[in-house]
Amino acid sequence: MKVIVPVKRVIDYNVKVRVKADQTGVDLANVKMSMNPFDEISVEEAIRLKEKGKATEVIAVSIGPQQASETIRTALAMGADRGILVKTDGEVEPLAVAKILKAICEAEQPQLVITGKQAIDDDSNQTGQMLAALLGWPQATFAHKLEMGDGKADIEREIDGGLQTVEVKLPAVMTTDLRLNEPRYASLPNIMKAKKKPIDEKTPADYGVDVTPKLKTLKVAEPPKREAGIKVKTAKELVDKLKEVGAI
Amino acid sequence: MASLVIAEHDGKVLKDATNKTVTAAAQVSSPVHILVAGSGADAVAEAASKIAGVEKVIYADDAAYAKMVAEPMEKLILSLADKYDALLAPATTSGKNYMPRVAAKLDVPQISEILKVDSPDTFERPIYAGNAIATVQAPAGKKVITVRTTAFKAAEAGGSASVEKIAGAGDDGISKFMSEELSKSERPELTSAKIVISGGRGMQSGDNFHLLDKIADKLHAAVGASRAAVDAGFVPNDYQVGQTGKVVAPELYIAVGISGAIQHLAGMKDSKIIAAINKDEEAPIFQVADYGLVADLFKAIPEMDEELTKLGY
Repeated sequence: MKVIVPVKRVIDYNVKVRVKADQTGVDLANVKMSMNPFDEISVEEAIRLKEKGKATEVIAVSIGPQQASETIRTALAMGADRGILVKTDGEVEPLAVAKILKAICEAEQPQLVITGKQAIDDDSNQTGQMLAALLGWPQATFAHKLEMGDGKADIEREIDGGLQTVEVKLPAVMTTDLRLNEPRYASLPNIMKAKKKPIDEKTPADYGVDVTPKLKTLKVAEPPKREAGIKVKTAKELVDKLKEVGAI
Repeated sequence: MASLVIAEHDGKVLKDATNKTVTAAAQVSSPVHILVAGSGADAVAEAASKIAGVEKVIYADDAAYAKMVAEPMEKLILSLADKYDALLAPATTSGKNYMPRVAAKLDVPQISEILKVDSPDTFERPIYAGNAIATVQAPAGKKVITVRTTAFKAAEAGGSASVEKIAGAGDDGISKFMSEELSKSERPELTSAKIVISGGRGMQSGDNFHLLDKIADKLHAAVGASRAAVDAGFVPNDYQVGQTGKVVAPELYIAVGISGAIQHLAGMKDSKIIAAINKDEEAPIFQVADYGLVADLFKAIPEMDEELTKLGY
């Protein structure tokens, strides 16, 4: 079975985000960009399925600017087999991403799509669910553990009160949470090998999808700042202060 | 038109997240209706009907909704969507699960985790883990919204809405609930507790969280943890407060042995009062703390416990 893994190029998770002075967005000039951390977990899970003989091919898909091909190369270096880059320069909302992925799924016929639960830039947490709905497939979001069965998968999910297991019929969409696995680092030989793996270049128009954003961003601002308060010297003083202000 | 709030509940108890979503909904479109999707959840529907400002409760009683599995939830909400111009769910793991399916099927963008309603079509929402706040305007048409519940006050009791019972909207049987393992605790839930005490890597082991449990029992607080403490295996993942865990905004947040990584701050910096105990004076947590105590937690926490006992807690 084929597995499709969408990967997004985002600001590196270690970079401190700065809002632009004109409040039109976040400053991304000369900032280190990396694969969305949740997507790395998705790639890792897909590769493990291949190593276990459950998957035959892992396809990494990215929708973004030309540089997103580097993000695909990272996935290929980790062990994905080939890539599809859907080139577009502006911001693409989750719904448009889901529509493009739907068209790719119809062409490639995967049994499983593994997406990160959210991208750390827009924090939308929508794409996997939207893709599943558009395809009429089941979903298992916030995956903690995956067990492949025959024509189905049992997936343990992280939910507010603990863990929940659902069984989904394949084909299905799974979105990954942090503790599903620890992604590997690509080895140098694999990085070299990845350079020879094919990446198909497409555009949203090839899939008949209009990627014009539907939400209008009016402003991007810094969150309200919190001021540091006072230091207390002892645990007793801390308790007294908290009592004094009615916090306990 | 009207707005429809999808109730958060566990089959028996209506969660406070619902009341908070009602507050947001009333600012988007009135009147407000609540959908209770459950199985034998009559008590939940009853509780929902008592929220002030709610005109009607729609109660879909069907085995398919017992665990609010996403696929049947999508069908149910879509079957009702025509009558509403706004559909809202709390941004819990449940709401985040089914709501984007609804938006996709309606061919509208979802507006995730709103913090504020500026006008019926303009919302503020956090991006980049809360390091920036975007103000976005939705296009004409239906709005599908999830609500960051800590940002809204809970609508109070005092209403007397009618309850309309409806049949289920069907289930394709492509997914099914198998089992769940819920953390058992006598303490309040993290996201609704008035006081939260969290431990970080500085706790050194899961056993040491007993020190926090003692304080939590005295203060009726919930116990949380930083991602570092969860990753180190000290406590289960549902303890995690932060960007990738739960977002809390209690009256008092006590951070113990937590350095204050950006990802943790994103989950608690809207708390009313923050107290921090850390032996590292330079820890970033002190930059957001109202009261900071630079001390070894293994000394400070027992002392704090003793002080609370003296004061009769």
